[in-house]
Amino acid sequence: MLRIDCPHCGPRDETEFHAGGEAHIARPEKAAELTDAQWADYLFMRSNTKGWFAERWVHAAGCRRWFNVERHTVTHEIRSTYPMAGAPTEPEDGP
Amino acid sequence: MQRFSAFALLAKSLGGHQGWSRQWRSATPKDSYDVVIVGGGGHGLATAYYLARNHGITNVAVLEKGWLGGGNVARNTTIVRSNYLWDESAALYEHSLKLWEDLSQDLNYNVMLSQRGVLNLAHSLQEVRDSRRRVYANQLNGVDAKWLDRDGVKAFCPLINTDESLRYPVLGATLQRRAGTARHDAVAWGFARAADSRGVDIVENCEVTGFDIQGGRVTGVQTTRGAIRAPKVAIVVAGHGSVMAERAGFRLPLESHPLQALVSEPIKPVLDCVVMSNAVHVYVSQSDKGELVIGAGIDSYNSYAQRGSLPVVTSQLGALIALFPMFSRLKMMRNWGGIVDVSPDASPIIGKTPIDGLYFNGGWGTGGFKATPGSGHIFAHTIAHAAPHPLAAPFNLDRFSTGALVDEHGAAAVAH
Repeated sequence: MLRIDCPHCGPRDETEFHAGGEAHIARPEKAAELTDAQWADYLFMRSNTKGWFAERWVHAAGCRRWFNVERHTVTHEIRSTYPMAGAPTEPEDGP
Repeated sequence: MQRFSAFALLAKSLGGHQGWSRQWRSATPKDSYDVVIVGGGGHGLATAYYLARNHGITNVAVLEKGWLGGGNVARNTTIVRSNYLWDESAALYEHSLKLWEDLSQDLNYNVMLSQRGVLNLAHSLQEVRDSRRRVYANQLNGVDAKWLDRDGVKAFCPLINTDESLRYPVLGATLQRRAGTARHDAVAWGFARAADSRGVDIVENCEVTGFDIQGGRVTGVQTTRGAIRAPKVAIVVAGHGSVMAERAGFRLPLESHPLQALVSEPIKPVLDCVVMSNAVHVYVSQSDKGELVIGAGIDSYNSYAQRGSLPVVTSQLGALIALFPMFSRLKMMRNWGGIVDVSPDASPIIGKTPIDGLYFNGGWGTGGFKATPGSGHIFAHTIAHAAPHPLAAPFNLDRFSTGALVDEHGAAAVAH
């Protein structure tokens, strides 16, 4: 069971949240100008990182707001949570 | 290879069964091979076997990071079926099921295929409609399928709670009579033994750490046991597809998730078929040892940890005892997780990669075990001919650019 620190509500159990996959994927501004391969890269390709991973979660049974989580995909340790527009805080002791 | 037969069993029994030899060699990797297969799971071993058996390519190495039978081939819930909705998937999984039906004879190794029938329950009017549509689609594709109403379900599997007062009452089910289970470890061992006997080197404790690529063409791999040259390299991994692709310098549309399963304490035979429910989400069968083997869906977050969260297990056990109230007092003995690579359309990716000579077979999501022989068969053909087998062609990586997805999400009898 994960315990996730919602930036708006504080720490809650995993069951209150839904995972939303990789964070910081920006929708291309001029989508019509992309090639099919570029569009596929935006739409489907994922880094699927083994290690520290920035991902989106939504506090579905709480404030219902989306935010970002930095979580390790092997240990499941959560290093930070931060609002959608924010950026992760750099760890002091490296990755 | 020491052949198994009733006579061999009798002869060895006279010596107290001490005279059996090892089933496959523990190979030391050579400097070069015709084909290197990355990943010694069920699909990798099957690929090696069919390369040797069907295409005469025996100078092959299977490189396994851990030990043979330690990954998803030994972590699944052993269900084998082919009742997929779309033509491309039905063709692929039915091809596999036909190979399953002769596999024990072909490998001279008992994979204990038990065609005990698989029920996929429907709990709502919409699910009834979707299920009946899938039955018709299966029949058109030559896949045996039958619709059972509530009484039919009760007659086929009396243990299921068909009480109308259930929150999600059982309204009916699809039945694939030829579907069932197989002994998962035996599948790994049988393919390993049969591939080894045809000259394939199976190398355990050998992780591929990088790919040698020159001018857009693969020339070999770097491993924890040294460099190995090969003009053709095939990545056949479940759970680390993206990690391998990154080492080779391309991207895949995969996300890795934990898929959990658990077994109960062993009990006397009570359940003689496989029961799957999409809506309340659990599937269950009884192993030959008497344990109930229980599974459900993936944990929703990305993970490489081979374990998941308890709420997922709690949810599937809740579904189990709603359908089978008599199981409520059973103790659960073990639970575990495997890492599955889920693709956007819940269909596998089989075929060429952007790098010449480098092939990929993965992204099987939660349903790879049932495809083991078929996957190996068509992938071996793809590697040998440097062109996709007709059954593999729709599952190419380019479909994410062309948009020709094989969208089995929710269509393939189970949710992914």
